[in-house]
Amino acid sequence: MSRLASCFERLKAADKTALIPYITAGDSNPSITVPLMHRMVEAGADIIELGIPFSDPMADGPTIQLACERALVHHTSLRDVIKMTAEFRQHDQTTPIVFMGYLNPVEAMGYNEFAQEAAKVGVDALLAVDMPPEESQALVAALQEQSIDPIFLLSPTTQDDRIKKITAVGKGFLYYVSLKGVTGSNVLDVADVEAQVNNIKHYTQLPVGVGFGIKNAETAAAVASVSDAVIVGSAIVKIIENNIDDADTIMNEIADLLSGMRTAMDEK
Amino acid sequence: MSKNNEIDFSSFDWNSMPDEHGHFGPYGGCFAAETLMEAIENLRDAYATLKDNDAFQAEYDKDLKYYVGRPSPLYHAERWSKELGGAQIYLKREDLNHTGAHKINNTIGQALLAKHMGKPRIIAETGAGQHGVATATIAARLGLECVVYMGEVDVARQAPNVYRMKLLGAEVRPVSSGSKTLKDALNEAMRDWVTNIDDTFYCIGTVAGPHPYPAMVRDFQAIIGREARQQIQEQAGRLPDALIACIGGGSNAIGLFHEFLNDSEVAMYGVEAAGHGLETGEHAAPLCTAKPGVLHGNRMYLMADDDGQVVEPHSISAGLDYPGVGPEHSWLKDVGRVNYVAVTDDEAMTAFHALTRIEGIIPALESSHALAYTMKLAPTLSVEQSIIVNLSGRGDKDINTIAAREGITL
Ligand SMILES: Cc1ncc(COP(=O)(O)O)c(C=O)c1O
Repeated sequence: MSRLASCFERLKAADKTALIPYITAGDSNPSITVPLMHRMVEAGADIIELGIPFSDPMADGPTIQLACERALVHHTSLRDVIKMTAEFRQHDQTTPIVFMGYLNPVEAMGYNEFAQEAAKVGVDALLAVDMPPEESQALVAALQEQSIDPIFLLSPTTQDDRIKKITAVGKGFLYYVSLKGVTGSNVLDVADVEAQVNNIKHYTQLPVGVGFGIKNAETAAAVASVSDAVIVGSAIVKIIENNIDDADTIMNEIADLLSGMRTAMDEK
Repeated sequence: MSKNNEIDFSSFDWNSMPDEHGHFGPYGGCFAAETLMEAIENLRDAYATLKDNDAFQAEYDKDLKYYVGRPSPLYHAERWSKELGGAQIYLKREDLNHTGAHKINNTIGQALLAKHMGKPRIIAETGAGQHGVATATIAARLGLECVVYMGEVDVARQAPNVYRMKLLGAEVRPVSSGSKTLKDALNEAMRDWVTNIDDTFYCIGTVAGPHPYPAMVRDFQAIIGREARQQIQEQAGRLPDALIACIGGGSNAIGLFHEFLNDSEVAMYGVEAAGHGLETGEHAAPLCTAKPGVLHGNRMYLMADDDGQVVEPHSISAGLDYPGVGPEHSWLKDVGRVNYVAVTDDEAMTAFHALTRIEGIIPALESSHALAYTMKLAPTLSVEQSIIVNLSGRGDKDINTIAAREGITL
């Protein structure tokens, strides 16, 4: 069984929801990425979403745009992100790692080479934001060959016929974007999210994670009660932005945020 | 992505491209985040329905005639032709359109579409400001709210157009991310669109973006070539030997080329911006130098480094300062139907002055790139031969840039 599948199985058995923090690899400095990943796991993260920096993050708000810019000052490349994963895996073989980013860095490396190199170091899944299922055939084939799960987004505007199409190709889990807008936008509406997640569940057995707009423990707990995974991005990246040169504060504040979310989610 | 030698240019049905998913061979397509897919599909459906609707076409044609002033003249630049000592040069005068460039052919089409789709708000990205002005203009006339995204670098170098947009009632939002030019304005416009999907229509200014934009913008610009093909036969009695147009995203070029694609005796040249020189890396010439990549919703030739990060382009001309190029051009390059070449900032400046002094026409810096290549090609042809150059816009907007470059304070 894949790392992702057994992670969700374990959580389900314990009646828990997955907590998935997102950081942009190389932000604010490549040296903090791996220690931060370990620290997030200690603080209660079940899965880590590792952002591949990109020069033109079209679906992201200002917070993650700036994270990409900081990482790119250090020329953090897709190959570097793979190396970081290898380093993380020396001490952690169980926490699933999902790469998230835009298609062009993967295209530049080549689908097959990416899939092989990523599989070698224990990358579990890839979410390429600007790759809808219609365009995904070649990449999905290359990923599947290496048992890497392709993860797809669903949005509030995704109609049922598209939900069918997306659930047919998605693996690992599905990522429901909880609001119309870019990452870091306003707070979401939990009742709305619940209705949408339930609708998606008509079409799939896969776990459904919810992201965009989850900023605090209270929202995390509310979303946890209606989904299988809570994905937190901009709220974490914002802590890095506010403490760029202070690795200790970054680690401590992110750990505090996550453990607060973990506690609130588990109490639900 | 090898050359496709199977295509017989004279009999190929060029209108069969793109396929239903927006692919021109390996290029184009729809690489957009799921959050945008519903809006894109709605647009695709609306355009597919209205495209062949007689009332919609009549409305569009009427606006082109009475509001834009079409047909634009095809002007025989006799003095310049003689001076260059070769082919007869004909200028397709898109600079004489209302608002001063070809961009309005497209914005009128898209704005009418927005109106039919019931969208009260229209957004656009702009580089030179011509597309922004053309969008603001039609938005004013149709009573639509208009927001234009423009890189900070371009806001500074195209100040007259920024002021024109404001006079027309548009809000101009400067973009400070990335290279602060056209590509970043496009990123920001996409972010706006995804946030305001319910009431907003995104009017893209060139033949790039997720399907259906490249095909739709081409259809709206193809009027240029339809007119020119008829005009040159009236004036010269036969088809031209060559067509020349500058390439930013590629809309004025595809607009001129498309109607002639089956005329295999007509050579075509798309002119990219070589900036400080192709060898310096400081240019905006993806077709001449780059590999395919994915950005802004489509696969196309794209200037990127080995890691797949998009490279900041350079051109003296804001409208050409873009690291990608439309998917149809990407494909036309591969199949060998169009030749893609590049001229430097300096060559464009020389051509700018030449046309201004010899023909009394001040061209846009973008169009000056097409003119610069004309100066190279014309002398290699005979006086019986002819070239049509797309004079895509007028140069009033560029006088600050040119004065500054020549050390003159206005
Ligand atoms: C006058 C003029 N010509 C050409 C261009 C380049 O765009 P395209 O290649 O889409 O025609 C622009 C873009 O701003 C322009 O203003």
